[in-house]
Order: sequence, then structure tokens, then C-alpha cells
Amino acid sequence: MRSRSFETLVAAGLVLIFTTAVLLLTGAPPLEAFSLLVRGSFGSVSKLARVLTVWVPLTLCACGLIYTFRIGLWNIGVEGQVILGAVGTTWALRAGAGHLPPGVLLALAMATGVLLGAGWSLAAGVLRTRGGVNEIFAGLGLNFVAQGVVLWLIFGPWKRPGVASMSGTVPFPPELWLPNFSWGRLSPVALGCAVGALVLTAWLLGRTRVGLFLRAVGGNPRAAHLLGLPPERYLLLAMVMAGGMAGLAGGIQVTAVYHRLIPAISSNYGYLALLVTMLAGFRLGPVAPIALFFAGLNVGSVQLPMALQLDSSLSGVIQGASVLAVLLAHGWGVHRARRQA
Amino acid sequence: MNEFSLVLLAASVVATAAPILLASLGETLTERAGLINLSLDGTILLAAMAAFAVAHDTGSVGLGFAAAAAVGGAVAALVGFAGVILGVSQVAVGFVLTLMCRDLAYFLGNPYSRIQGPQVPPLPVPGLAELPVLGPLLFRHNAVVYLSLLLVPALWWVLYRTKWGLEVRAVGEHPEAAYARGIAPRQVQMVCAVVGGALVGLAGAAYSLALKPGWGRPQGAEGIGWIALALVIFGGWHPVKVALGAVLFALLQVAGIPLQEAFPSVPAQVFQVAPFPLMIFTLLFMGLSQRESVERWAEGRPWAKRLVGAFRGAAPRALGRPMKGG
Repeated sequence: MRSRSFETLVAAGLVLIFTTAVLLLTGAPPLEAFSLLVRGSFGSVSKLARVLTVWVPLTLCACGLIYTFRIGLWNIGVEGQVILGAVGTTWALRAGAGHLPPGVLLALAMATGVLLGAGWSLAAGVLRTRGGVNEIFAGLGLNFVAQGVVLWLIFGPWKRPGVASMSGTVPFPPELWLPNFSWGRLSPVALGCAVGALVLTAWLLGRTRVGLFLRAVGGNPRAAHLLGLPPERYLLLAMVMAGGMAGLAGGIQVTAVYHRLIPAISSNYGYLALLVTMLAGFRLGPVAPIALFFAGLNVGSVQLPMALQLDSSLSGVIQGASVLAVLLAHGWGVHRARRQA
Repeated sequence: MNEFSLVLLAASVVATAAPILLASLGETLTERAGLINLSLDGTILLAAMAAFAVAHDTGSVGLGFAAAAAVGGAVAALVGFAGVILGVSQVAVGFVLTLMCRDLAYFLGNPYSRIQGPQVPPLPVPGLAELPVLGPLLFRHNAVVYLSLLLVPALWWVLYRTKWGLEVRAVGEHPEAAYARGIAPRQVQMVCAVVGGALVGLAGAAYSLALKPGWGRPQGAEGIGWIALALVIFGGWHPVKVALGAVLFALLQVAGIPLQEAFPSVPAQVFQVAPFPLMIFTLLFMGLSQRESVERWAEGRPWAKRLVGAFRGAAPRALGRPMKGG
């Protein structure tokens, strides 16, 4: 009997062999590179804080994607939903600065981010339900549009006095930053948001009927419709949940990490969260540890260019190879079981 | 604008369209057999990097193109193996590969960043190149452009005028029925995946060795793979309509350059995203034209009926679904 853990072991072996081969191909010392990845991510408390700072948006996006995957949607638009969340939060902070107490303004700004992220996601959802546009292409197109919007804002209406630049908008005053822990550059509020999203998703999908309905609609829309479940409404609900959580991640990037809007505000975390969710087998349970693993790779690879003259995209290679290996190993297991049956 | 510069502009549209034609027609072949290769965007980049690196190290542009085709074929074979043989979700495998191939290209291509390398030489067709208007428009390009132009009728002929093309379409519509008629669906799908993928790979080489020579992060071909995937839908999985879409898109890209000069304060990246809202609108228009209410409305209006008809194109019925049993 082949178990899931055997498949995981095979997959891990494949990833290790593949990554070592890639490193040898460029003439880089594999052991040195691997040790750098580990030391650069979990080697000290301050580095761990940076890993968790990446873990927060990854976890938020991955939680949201659980809803859309459960109903059978490929919400590739999650990247743009993060961007729009960041835009919404920045807009609210700019509009309210000086008029409202900082605490109230921060809360309102985050809420604006959630709304805009959800709205951007809803657009892709409506394009799918009413316009017959595949959500992959709707979402992807909207991602590129969102990126254009950010660049236009940074170089146009929100440009720094004097020169507009790729470094982003004028930083907000420190009272509009989410506070950090005393031991590292990590915001307890951001961490709380991610943990909250995990708990909320576990409760909604595990303890209420929402999870069951989403699965029913995703599995057979017609049957669900006959049972009195409106498929369109559940489809849009899943999109709104995913977009809202992605929007919150974008708001956190603005208020807790960069303290301004920058062109690369989403840092590819949306696409990466899709990989996290796939590696988690579309289940919520493994999302948190896998997001931590991915965040560690991202932070650990930052010093590769300096130390070994390697491109930092090595982290992406390992992340992609991991998902691919698990998909193949699992597929192989199912294939063999089918042939023996 | 005088006639001469108009011809030059049209010629640059033909050149710009070459990689888009290669990629979208390659994907058309793959999807006609019922397999979705979603990895195009990453494959094009990885193939572009491989082509440039091989051409740089060996000094042979031909070997560069061969490497690109091999990379494209190999990635597609992986999608085919996972999707057709193992029955893993084709969308999942393709999406992972598109991200991974991009990162792999950046990682492996790092030493080749921003260095000089060989390029495809222009190859005017003797005699034909001297024709007025048609000469500069069609016959003063390089070999890749000729290949992309010839591919349009070639793919149409293969799909609609050969026995093998009929088998490909049969497999894409109903693999089990094709199997019952003595066709080996998985074999046909694998061949279509690898050939289609090799064409996608050539698109990558067409960037790094011809249209946007060189390698870097970013290369400049980012996003094209997604456009090519959307063009297949736009063209209703018909090679000639897909090719028309590719040329239209190239026209937009070329037209964007003077527009950019007219508005120097707007960053170039804003113009680069312009095709994507257009992609959504065309897909929306196509989606709406499939609706019964729209069809009924168009019934009494000949022009509307023709327009809706032109946009109609059904996906191969078994697209993305692996064959059961067998």
C-alpha cells in the first residue's frame, strides 16, 4: 500500500536531486548554497522575523484560495487582488491623514484594502458567471491591469514631489505604521490577521455548512441548483472571500512592511500562494507550515547574489519543483493503483 | 505619413507577429488534440534563454534555435506525461511549470545577462525582395519570420486536409470514440504536445535571437505566453483565425511605440499592460456572443449575425480532460 508520506518522500528526493543538478549546471557549490538558504532564513531571531513577515501575506492569500479552489475556481487573479488591496489602503491613508486619529485611520484603511481586493476579485467572478470569460484569463488580465494602475499612480497622481521614481510614493509618517514587536521587524497585528484568517477559514469550512455548500456547487453545479443552492452566489462568495483576504495582505504590505506604495508591492506573493495551496493538496491543514517553508526560501535566497553571485530566483525554482514533484509523485501513485486494480 | 513608411510599419508588424504566431499556432495544435499547455509564458522565457546561451557559446544561431525547440518540446512533454499518462490536472501542472520555467530561466541565464551575442541574419528572398510594396513587406525578413508565415497554411492543411489532422481533431473531441475507431489517443496527444511545445520554444528563440536580441531579467517577452493562450481562444481554435488575432495583436504592439513617444511622462510599463484589458474585452465579447439571447437578437440583423458567427468557435470538447480507460 503506497501512502501519501511515501509519495512526499519521493517528491522531496526529486526536488533535492533537481536543485542540485541546476546548481551544478551553473557551477555553484550546492552545499554552500543550501546552507546559505537555511542560515539566511532561520539563522537568527531577526531573520525569523523577516520570514514571518513574508509568511503573513502568503498565509492570507492561501487561506482565501482555499475557498475558490473548493468551488473549483482557478483564482489566478489573486496577485492583482493583493495589489488593489495595497492601492485601497494607500488611498485611504492619504485621504484621511491629519483628519482622523491614527488608530482609527489605520483600521479604516485596512478595511478599504479588503473592500478593493474583494471588488477586484468580484470583477473576475462576474466576468465568469455573467460574461462567460474563463476566470484564469479574467484574473490574469486584471493582474496586469492592476500592475498598470499602480505604476500610473506612482508616476502620476501620487508621485513624489519633484521626481517620480520606482522607489514608490512618499513614505507615511511613523504614527501610520503598524507597530512592530520589540525583538524584530514584525508586526503583531499582521501576524494576528494571518492567524485570524486561518482560524476563520477552519471554522467556516469545517464547522458551518458553507464548506459543504462550496464543495457541492463545485462538484456539480446543476445538482446543487436543484437542491436550492444558487451556484452563482456561492461562486461569487468564494471569490469575495479570496479577494478580501488578498486585499488585507496588500494592506499589510503597505502599513507594516513598506510604509508606502511601491511598484512591486505584491512581490509575487499571490502567485506563490497558489503554489502553497497546490502543495497543500488544496487543504487548509498544511497551509501554515508550507507557507513558512516558502517564506524561508524567499528570505534565505536574498543573499545569494552577494555571497555566491547567483540569481535569487533559486527560491522560485525550488518552490516550483516542490509542487511539480508532489503532483507527479501523487499522479504516479494514483496511476499505479489504477493499473493494479 | 507617406506610403514608404507605411510599408515599413506594416513590415515591422509582420516581424513582431512572428513569435506570437509560432507560440499561438503551436498551442492551437496542442489544444486541438484536447491538451492544454498552460506553461507557455515560462516556456518562452526558458527557451529564449537556452537559445541565447547556446548560440552565444557555440556561435551558431541554428543550434540556438534547436536548443529552444528542444526545451519547448521537453516542457510540453512533461505537461503531456503528467496530464495524458498520469491524469494529473493539466492546468495545475502547466501553471506550476510556467512559474518554475521563468525562475529557472532567470537563474540559469544570470551569467548571460546583458552581453552581446549572435543574431539571426536577414535573409531577403532573391527576386521577390525587389517587388514594390510586397518586397519590403514580406520578403526582406529573416528565416524565422518566413517560418511563422508558412506555418499558418501548413497547420491549416495538416489539421483539415490530412488523415492525421482528422485523427487529432477526433481525439480532441472525443478520445474514447477515437480509441474505438483504432486511433491511439494518448500517442496523438503526446505528439501534438511535443510538436506544439517545440513551436512555442522557437517563439522564445525568435525573441532572444531576433526581435529582442539578448538576455536579461526582464527579457521583454514576459506576458506573451498568456497572450498567445488567449489568442487561441480568440481564434476559436482555428489556425487562420488565431493567426489573424496574432497579427492584430502585433499591430497593437507596433502602434504602441509612437503612442509612447507622444506621452513621454507615462511610464512604458503602462503601455505594456494595454493589451490585457483588450484581451478581457474580446473574451467577454466572445463569451456573450455564445449566449442564446444574443443569438436571438442577432437573428433579424444580418450584420450582427455575421459578426457573432465570426466570433463563434467551440473549444475541442475533450479539452483538458484525459481519456478514460484504454
